[in-house]
Amino acid sequence: MIELSQYLIVAAALFTLGVIGLFLNRKNVINILMCIELMLLAVNINLVAFSHYQHDLAGQIFVFFVLTVAASEVAVGLAILVAYYRTRRSVETEDINSLQG
Amino acid sequence: MLETVFFNLFAGLSVLSGMGVVLARNTMHSVMFLIFCFFNAAGLFFLLDAEFIGIIMILIYVGAVMVLFTFVVMMLEINTARMREGFLQYLPLGGLVAIVLLVEFISAAVSGVFSSGAMATADHLPQSVNNTVEIGQVLYTKYLLGFEIAALILLVALIGAIVLTLRTRKDAKYQKIAAQVGVRKEDRMRKVRM
Repeated sequence: MIELSQYLIVAAALFTLGVIGLFLNRKNVINILMCIELMLLAVNINLVAFSHYQHDLAGQIFVFFVLTVAASEVAVGLAILVAYYRTRRSVETEDINSLQG
Repeated sequence: MLETVFFNLFAGLSVLSGMGVVLARNTMHSVMFLIFCFFNAAGLFFLLDAEFIGIIMILIYVGAVMVLFTFVVMMLEINTARMREGFLQYLPLGGLVAIVLLVEFISAAVSGVFSSGAMATADHLPQSVNNTVEIGQVLYTKYLLGFEIAALILLVALIGAIVLTLRTRKDAKYQKIAAQVGVRKEDRMRKVRM
């Protein structure tokens, strides 16, 4: 029998990996987006785990909404990236500074 | 027993592939590791009696989102060597933040609120329970507003992505339909007196 805390620990490990990935791969926007996906996945695992252990479907419904927002975010983020690459030929965060005045 | 084995398998592999996402030198390898991570997370969802979410995870994340990532990674030419510069520069700060976060999360998880009492264990649902039907019955009644808003968000993202990547070429000749429809007789015809 697997306990709730075991799932929470897995999700915590994944979320932490996402956070540390944000620090390490801060130059590459694509990697940053992937680390955000990793963190959202950890949140989803938490939601489904609580949903199962509390016998309440609301958690699974919420996973849908998180999924929707994550998919939209990736679509728009990658579109911005492609549009930026077209003008600047680079996707490094240090080169994306034309708005800082 | 078998459940524990599969839980350890899925959990271990998802954490390992999460490490792969963070540490892989090649962006493409990161994408592949993330796909593997999503597959293992879907396995965890199956263990939690959330079959529909697990399938959706594979279909949407692996089938749509990660394919989009692959597409963009292949389309853009990324200088990996420059990207890796200063990779370990923020490791002390990032590691500190991550370790503090991990300790907080784990201490919260094992503090006794979740690891004992009624919430600690739960039996599996009987085989007659259909997860998809249950979700549908709740999603289209109680959470209908949220569902509609989610649809709107997807529509906005769709239009936004198209508008952002749409490039109108200056040298191409376009038909101006509005101008054609809105033309008046006076614009085209000139009365001359002979």
